[in-house]
Amino acid sequence: MSPTAMPETIPPLLEMRGISKTFPGTKALRDVQLKAWGHEILALMGENGAGKSTLMKVLSGAYQADPGGDILVDGHAIHITNPLVAREHGIAIIYQELSLAPNLSVAENIYLGREIAHSGVIARVEMAESCRAVLERLGADFGPNTIVKTLSIAERQLVEIARAVHAKSRILVMDEPTTALSARETDRLFTLIKQLRDEGLAIIYISHRMGEVYELSDRVTVLRDGSYVGTLEKGEIAAERLVRMMVGRDISSFYKHDHADRGVAGPVVLAVRDISDGGRRVHPTSLELHEGEVLGIAGLVGSGRTELARLIYGADRRQGGTVTLGGRLLDIRSPRDALDAGIAYLTEDRKAQGLFLAMSCHDNINFGVIGRDAHSGGVLNLGRALQRTLAALSALSIRGATPTLDVGHLSGGNQQKVLLSRWLEVGPRVMILDEPTRGIDIGAKQEIYRLIDRLAASGVGVLVISSEMPEIIGICDRILVMREGRIEGELGGPDHKAITQENIMAYASGVEL
Amino acid sequence: MSAIKPLSVGPHTPQGTASSRDSRKLAIGRMIQVVGMLPILILICVGFQLATGKFISPNNLAIVLQQSAINIVLGAGMTFVILTGGIDLSVGAILAVSAVAAVSLSLGSLGGLAIPVAMLVGLAFGAINGALVAFVKLPAFIVTLGAMTAVRGIARLLSNDTTVFNPVLPFAWIGNQRFFGVPYLVVIALVVVAISWFILRRTVLGVRIYAVGGNEDAARLSGIKVWVVLLFTYSMAGLMSGLAGAMAAARTLSANGAQLGMGYELDAIAAVILGGTSFVGGIGSIFGTLIGALIIAVLSNGLILMNVSEIWQLIVKGLVIILAVSLDKYRNSRSGRT
Repeated sequence: MSPTAMPETIPPLLEMRGISKTFPGTKALRDVQLKAWGHEILALMGENGAGKSTLMKVLSGAYQADPGGDILVDGHAIHITNPLVAREHGIAIIYQELSLAPNLSVAENIYLGREIAHSGVIARVEMAESCRAVLERLGADFGPNTIVKTLSIAERQLVEIARAVHAKSRILVMDEPTTALSARETDRLFTLIKQLRDEGLAIIYISHRMGEVYELSDRVTVLRDGSYVGTLEKGEIAAERLVRMMVGRDISSFYKHDHADRGVAGPVVLAVRDISDGGRRVHPTSLELHEGEVLGIAGLVGSGRTELARLIYGADRRQGGTVTLGGRLLDIRSPRDALDAGIAYLTEDRKAQGLFLAMSCHDNINFGVIGRDAHSGGVLNLGRALQRTLAALSALSIRGATPTLDVGHLSGGNQQKVLLSRWLEVGPRVMILDEPTRGIDIGAKQEIYRLIDRLAASGVGVLVISSEMPEIIGICDRILVMREGRIEGELGGPDHKAITQENIMAYASGVEL
Repeated sequence: MSAIKPLSVGPHTPQGTASSRDSRKLAIGRMIQVVGMLPILILICVGFQLATGKFISPNNLAIVLQQSAINIVLGAGMTFVILTGGIDLSVGAILAVSAVAAVSLSLGSLGGLAIPVAMLVGLAFGAINGALVAFVKLPAFIVTLGAMTAVRGIARLLSNDTTVFNPVLPFAWIGNQRFFGVPYLVVIALVVVAISWFILRRTVLGVRIYAVGGNEDAARLSGIKVWVVLLFTYSMAGLMSGLAGAMAAARTLSANGAQLGMGYELDAIAAVILGGTSFVGGIGSIFGTLIGALIIAVLSNGLILMNVSEIWQLIVKGLVIILAVSLDKYRNSRSGRT
């Protein structure tokens, strides 16, 4: 992982060294370093929770690093105490959630906070003209007076880039910019990023996607669990190696696979035929899930995976199609119906849609079964409930939790385990897990993988939605890949292509790699 | 289904000791939450005793309790609604219409049914509120604001816009007699608190009320029929208003559709908020509401004993409510909520 001699000869445009960041209870960054040169694209990789976003927030001034670290621009140490200082030093960050005012024009957004005014009167014409030049240079096909809310996501992203360029930024950070883009929009973005690189900017590109990193990056820096792992030069970038650096061990043992293997799964437990929401987000879709099988649904964010799961679960209204469980045709109109039939759904957004943060672990764990356990007249069965809680806390080793503790006080991983416990207590025949390891630490991840494996081994049909390639490849027997509301292809099993990142990406993006 | 049991029922500490220890923990946690405003109530009582020398006497305390009884009953119903993140502005008006109905009925031959009818009238209006919130999905504030006005009109209509009066009201005893020295009004209020506590803390429905207030989306995804919970809470608030209507009528042997219960909804809301129940729902307790209602009654009574003019009573009461809630907030933020 030694850097080649070439860039070392000139000082980096940006250097961060010895950066640590402590939050109450956790150390999010531990002595992290990073170097970026102009005329170069640096990919910053790492699993969720590895510290990428925290590091970039330190760079942007949103967070203050612990004392002891240095940030150097052009070899001079600077102190980024707030976002304004970062901007003055030419640092611009484009987050996943774009930060534009939708009801203002493009020019007003580009000038936001730096408006040109003559004795308090805003100089619209002057601003618009100055923006027009930048927009043309970036190849935008909209003008400076366009209202932002009429623009597509890709176009809005372009406005953010124009804002950075217009402010003469020299260091541009992009946090997973392609998440919500189509294949064609992604291509255009890449052309633009390369153009900016050639103009001399240092670009830090955060991504999970191996294909993008191959195509774009000159170097890759990897973080894991808040620590710096290493940097690969262009010639050294290889998927295997990157995954090993990100995960920190061999993937083969990380994703445990003890349940009955591919192809020998049991009878079909869940059969979905032509289910759709009327074509809004999900076109008529069919799938079969076997007992004891872990079936993955891959695809880009926005490809309709969550929407499909919610249709099956009855969380959204179904427009046609059937759901059959164990040979019995179901009429699912609400989550209640799905649960009664034996289908449970773990939401992708545990805080907004899963947990009751101000309620105790005890209440959260028992929530799915209190009705079933209750004495006559709906009186709570306190003894049974406490027994379940204690068993769940110890079985899933939910550390730091007591029955009375509010769930909101737990870490992300332990919160997820509490939510999982709720559904395990229900005892479903089909478990749908939507991004089951999002935003949790690597240890908790591994425990959840083991749990999925044991669920399958016990005969439950498990449907896993995940955006993390290594994860979905590691834990699933078969994978369905969705694109634009349809199942585009199936991987794994005897009659289909092998499960590889490339094959998933090919189906997910609709292009042959 | 039995196949996954080994996952959840893993090995753990011997059950007897663990569960008794943890249920004690549960109890202590709840206690701290419940105690909330109790120190402030005690402080105010001691203050009045020092200032007047006659506040803490069995007779005066009985009067305070009696004066707070109706607000306790209204506050109990309001607690259910606010726990789901809603609000009910119509309880004062529903109290009035129920009282008018009860007194009017007592003048005829069906006098014995006056109290059940008052409660049924309250329940019916509450259920209408609940249906509009649960099914039409209108904001609770708007629904009950409308109901407050419309039901007040109905109360006046029903009483021909005068005071209905029955000198031989068959249920007058609940307003003016005592049960082993305790006014019946107080007995009723305490029974209401006990039943409310049981529903909120010991039934499946209670847990679901907290859940809907804490996170409605999650509740729905967890298989809760949210409409059942909402319909229940507004119906409960209506039922309590009906009962309070009968209690109010019993005290004065009369009911005036235009004036009875005016502004009671604000006292009920104040009691709930003083009791530490969160305005956004999901957090709170019925004992808090009891203490909140007592604080309001103690303030009125104590200030009268001190011969404070009515104008200054209003000003002091308002300021104490704001101060007490600020203190509570400050204390909670220091006790390490993240």
